[in-house]
Amino acid sequence: MHPVIPYVLAALLFGIGGYGVLVRRNAVLLLMAVELMLNAVNLVLVTADATIVGLPHSGQVFALFVIVIAAAEIGVGLAIVLQLYRLRRTVATDSIDAGEGTVLPRAEPMPEPGSAQTGPDQVGAR
Amino acid sequence: MAAEVLARSLAEPAVLAADVKLPDIDYLAIAPMLVLFGAACVGVLAAAFVPQRLRYRVQVSLVIGALLVALGLIVTVARAGRAVATAGGAIAIDGPALFLQGSVAVLGVVAVLLIAERSLERGGAFVSRASLTPGSAADRDQAEQPGATEVYPLVSFALAGMMLFVSANDLLTLFVALEVFSLPLYLLCGLARRRRLLSQESAVKYFLLGAFSSAFFLYGVALLYGFAGATGLGALRKAVQAGDGNTTLLFLGLAMLAVGLLFKVAAVPFHVWTPDVYQGAPTPITALMAACTKVAAFGALLRVFTVAFPVGAVDWRPVLVAIAIATMLVGAVLAVTQTDIKRLLAYSSIANAGYVLTGVLALSAAGVAGSLFYLVAYGFVVLAAFGVVTLVRDADGEATHLSRWAGLGRRSPLVAGVFTFLMMAFAGIPLTSGFTSKFAVFSAALGSGQVTLVVVGVLSSAVLAFPYLRVVVLMYLSEPAEDTPTVSLPGTLTAAALAIGVLATALLGVAPAPVLDLAAKAVQFVS
Repeated sequence: MHPVIPYVLAALLFGIGGYGVLVRRNAVLLLMAVELMLNAVNLVLVTADATIVGLPHSGQVFALFVIVIAAAEIGVGLAIVLQLYRLRRTVATDSIDAGEGTVLPRAEPMPEPGSAQTGPDQVGAR
Repeated sequence: MAAEVLARSLAEPAVLAADVKLPDIDYLAIAPMLVLFGAACVGVLAAAFVPQRLRYRVQVSLVIGALLVALGLIVTVARAGRAVATAGGAIAIDGPALFLQGSVAVLGVVAVLLIAERSLERGGAFVSRASLTPGSAADRDQAEQPGATEVYPLVSFALAGMMLFVSANDLLTLFVALEVFSLPLYLLCGLARRRRLLSQESAVKYFLLGAFSSAFFLYGVALLYGFAGATGLGALRKAVQAGDGNTTLLFLGLAMLAVGLLFKVAAVPFHVWTPDVYQGAPTPITALMAACTKVAAFGALLRVFTVAFPVGAVDWRPVLVAIAIATMLVGAVLAVTQTDIKRLLAYSSIANAGYVLTGVLALSAAGVAGSLFYLVAYGFVVLAAFGVVTLVRDADGEATHLSRWAGLGRRSPLVAGVFTFLMMAFAGIPLTSGFTSKFAVFSAALGSGQVTLVVVGVLSSAVLAFPYLRVVVLMYLSEPAEDTPTVSLPGTLTAAALAIGVLATALLGVAPAPVLDLAAKAVQFVS
């Protein structure tokens, strides 16, 4: 038997995730799109596992690996995105402009509540 | 009914225990990685329990000590001359793996020397609490505080992950190793003391694109598992050669896997993250990425393509040739237009990825040996070059804009001389390691009939020589401007790193035979 439907479904999920990464500008939504792609992978792994006969069912274990690693990755990712939010009060990736020369208009980071004005480091940072 | 289920569930473990045989593990062969992973875990504990004033010394000696012990163990294993696939075939400790692990360890020591430098700037290149908003009052308070020591366990994890990456003989192990070395690097990119905004932006960019590419990598792994029913590279090879599986899965899987690997080696068109991340990350971390990550990524690329996908069964060469040509040309041409030294070195590292790919595409023992040699030689040059970049500073930190380097040769002839020598090595002038390594990969490619690649390679090397020489001309022939930055006196650690880098570059250029022999002996993959 050839399980076309789960493979196609996984490809669709992966495609939606990839599309999301390409068009979304919200960093949290980007993370969710990447998660969608990883879950498409899980679907492929489990499908492949179910269709292979006579071998140890390692695909299921792989799916567990993927879940754990995806969780670790999201942990690191959210930490970095949180930092972005603290800097800019927004998680829009449009405002990221690490490249030189093309200076996009950007939101000035607001001072933290209870802290002093933004300092000269802000200027030096550019 | 319930009793029946219970009885079955009680009976099952016995059956499973009889069926499952735990794989043998050759502990000596994987000891280098175990030592480094252990040191990283101890480092995490040390960050919590060692008193603040001792932490820096403890952490630095821990990571350098662990790297040296790992290096000793690698040499021991290599001398025993065994090539084994251990842990159920998930890890292959063979010639290329040992050579690359050794390279990662040696280059890692030099990179850690750069990372641990604290005399150039009070407290080092890293911020003590990266979570504080740049510019806030609390952030200004921490400007004088010593930098975070959590950097060192992160670096240990990254280096250990790289060692696992080059020896992984199973696609899933490969993926785990990829994440183990990538996740610390994402974090390290965001920890710069100066130019915090740029640094954190580079971390976001690197993370998002890295996660995107590792999703592709993983999808490729899953499709190949669907194709072959196993993820071991040896089993994959058998399935590819038998050719009776679903070829859609094979081709899609291979393409996706290649995307993930080529992203890590920064080949065109998967290179867009490189300049921004190299520019934004703290310079010692950029050096670590340029040297060690490149070694690790190419090690895995070599192993996967050579072991699992024999060209006779599935011809991936045309695609990779196109990518190699694009990588060399785009890297070289865009390097010409750069005005920032870190971005210039980033584009040069892209072009160099193309040269290593040339060696990989030779698909011969000479090609593998040439690539291995190239990776080591390039690693030393790039570490030393970024080491020099950390020295040229003004009040705002490093002065990376090229116009600021004008006239540096008159103010500090020694540093300018060292940098000139390194630029010569990048350009591939004879008597430097750059010439030997380019000669090794190009002659191997020529031997395998890849004439186009070699022609493009030589032409792009000529183009690439221009930006390097422009820096040299700028340093010596331009008048020093009013605001020419000072060149800081290197601390002991940076001086040591620079000395090692420059000596290795000179030695590998003048007397490359021992390392070339070592690489030539280390070309046999097991699976």
